[in-house]
Amino acid sequence: MQPTAVIKKVAPKDAKLAMANMYVAFIALLLGGLAGLLQVLVRSGEFTIPGGIKIGYYQVLTVHGVLLGLILTTFFIMGFQIAAVSRTAGPLTDKQRLMGWIGFWLMTIGTAAAATMVLLNKATVLYTFYAPLKAHWIFYLGLTLVVVGSWLLCAPQIMKFVEWRKANKGETSPLLTFMAVVNSVLWITATLGVAVEVLVQLLPWSLGLIERVDVLLSRTLFWYFGHALVYFWLLPAYMAWYAIVPKIIGAKIFSDSLARLSFMLFLIFSVPVGIHHQLTEPGIDGFWKFTQVVLTFFVIIPSLMTAFSLFATFELRGRELGGKGVLGWFKKLPWGDSRFLLPFIGMVTFIPGGAGGIVNASYQMNQLIHNTIWVTGHFHLTVATTVVLTFFGVAFWLIPHLTGRVLTPVLNKLGIYIGVLWTTGMLIMSGSMHIAGLLGAPRRSDFSTYGGSEQAYDWISYQIAQAVGGTILFLAIILITYMIIQLAFFAPKGEEEFPVAELAPGAEKTPAILENFKVWGVILVALILFAYSMPLIDIISNSPLGSKGYSPW
Amino acid sequence: MHIHKYEKWWLVFGCGTLVAFLIILGIGAFHNGAHPNESKQTINYEKVDEIAPFDNPGVHKVEGKEWDYEVVLVASMFNYNPAVIEVPLGSKVKFIATTKDAIHGFQVAGTNINLMLEPGYISEYVTVVNQAGEYLVVCNEYCGTGHSMMHSMLKVVDENAIVDNR
Repeated sequence: MQPTAVIKKVAPKDAKLAMANMYVAFIALLLGGLAGLLQVLVRSGEFTIPGGIKIGYYQVLTVHGVLLGLILTTFFIMGFQIAAVSRTAGPLTDKQRLMGWIGFWLMTIGTAAAATMVLLNKATVLYTFYAPLKAHWIFYLGLTLVVVGSWLLCAPQIMKFVEWRKANKGETSPLLTFMAVVNSVLWITATLGVAVEVLVQLLPWSLGLIERVDVLLSRTLFWYFGHALVYFWLLPAYMAWYAIVPKIIGAKIFSDSLARLSFMLFLIFSVPVGIHHQLTEPGIDGFWKFTQVVLTFFVIIPSLMTAFSLFATFELRGRELGGKGVLGWFKKLPWGDSRFLLPFIGMVTFIPGGAGGIVNASYQMNQLIHNTIWVTGHFHLTVATTVVLTFFGVAFWLIPHLTGRVLTPVLNKLGIYIGVLWTTGMLIMSGSMHIAGLLGAPRRSDFSTYGGSEQAYDWISYQIAQAVGGTILFLAIILITYMIIQLAFFAPKGEEEFPVAELAPGAEKTPAILENFKVWGVILVALILFAYSMPLIDIISNSPLGSKGYSPW
Repeated sequence: MHIHKYEKWWLVFGCGTLVAFLIILGIGAFHNGAHPNESKQTINYEKVDEIAPFDNPGVHKVEGKEWDYEVVLVASMFNYNPAVIEVPLGSKVKFIATTKDAIHGFQVAGTNINLMLEPGYISEYVTVVNQAGEYLVVCNEYCGTGHSMMHSMLKVVDENAIVDNR
């Protein structure tokens, strides 16, 4: 026993910073979810946004994408990671915490600014803000503040890690802190692309300082960021699966080195792959598109490692509890614990989610589903089920831990209902999106019969199913909002554990190379240069007359 | 680093299927030439109407090329020119398309014909139309309020069948 060396709690001052991020995240979930509900209802063709409210379908779509894809995720992840670092590497210094608070306020002001412009119908550009659709400059500035703010929240995590390493020479760093740092490095690397796009192209263009913008260049910079973004969402879920869920079920970490290796592989294979989002676009050579397809597929390797490692953990624990036979261990897992059940469902939905992702990235196969609602169905399985259910599972213990309350049995049960409701709604909605997408229904479109076409008529029944699924999801969002309010303000006072799993006894020491950010950084930069130099040189030297802006809404 | 025995099997099997899959995609692309749109031709998007072939949109029969028909198509907010495309069953068709303003999609629903049309670039795709029928063409990239009203029709016509009906 070493009671002094083990940090059991998130320091109260860090807890405040983490909670601030959580509040914004769950407000974004409620508002973004409402926008999602309006969308599925309108697209079913059975409902129109009441005439008095002057808000258009694509405006709602922009709100939904920005609030859920960018705001909910970024705030939640920053809150979770700050808490995880504080819990495992020790409290932030006053300077680090101040930096975090400045970051939080920049993000919040940026969000409010961007949201205002969307509501004024000055920025109906969807969350991908593809040029030459031109939003008001305040929208771009707002998103810039969100990104810069997030950097200021990443910096203290990295500083804390460096500090810990200096103080504990030769020792293996705490796994959760290490993982948070990998994700922060990934985020900073990825957002550089969108920062260049916004600062050099879109912002001066919307301010009228430059007249034209290179559309293909802006898209390529966007997707350099845009694909890594999905790993930025996913890695915190992996943090929970690798390092937290085992503790909840009473198991040990299967392999510390394996976990670290998979995180480093995610880091190096998440950025140099963005062009697989641009497979059907002109102006990029087939050879380079294919190269990035190959690099995209490498990310399957750490996913396989994760799947193996996690199910090995579950099986070992189930057998320890007396599970017999091939699948007897499965029954022994704590299915009544919402902190386990929701992340577990998340992991399982990642199997079809990942398989769909393979189809999306598969060069020629992409042509059948590119920009169809299949893609929407895909990321509602990955980010909106896998990641979000895991985040919910985390919030159920993290929020009471941070506010000094407990997850009561009644609230735990509510958590289970939310998980079941969410899964049901998402399976109906995402399932029908996948099918309609295979039949050709486009994504990002209002309700339309396309001039009474027979094909479009076939899509409508699936759109009605989407509305049913979306309505169930919104019910789940109302319940989760209630639950978060309870956990933050009304649940009984007490000590809720921040679970952190320990290494299996007799585990081998983690090789130092896995923590050497210099080595992995060099590989990352080399891969990015390899994958992007030629396409970018090509795009710039072959560039047509740039495009003026359009605001057709 | 210690790697568990089953973990090794699992990784070898997983990576093996991955490599096999990529080889199949690669053969499709570089041996059979099945590439998605990769045209690098550029155009002044503000003068599309004056520049060949876009000064004459429509379906054109061509001789002495690898394909039989060229479909020249101009997209703009919120319509396609031509509004209806008619090609004979079994012919090899080259789609040549561009946009006059924002980004549009050119997706023939339920087929592999799926192109992004970006201002300043010409998009191209060659395919054999081997199933008769009427296919809805939709814009699948958000381009403004009229986006979901933007559509046209590709008719793949069996010429022999028409003769029989008469």
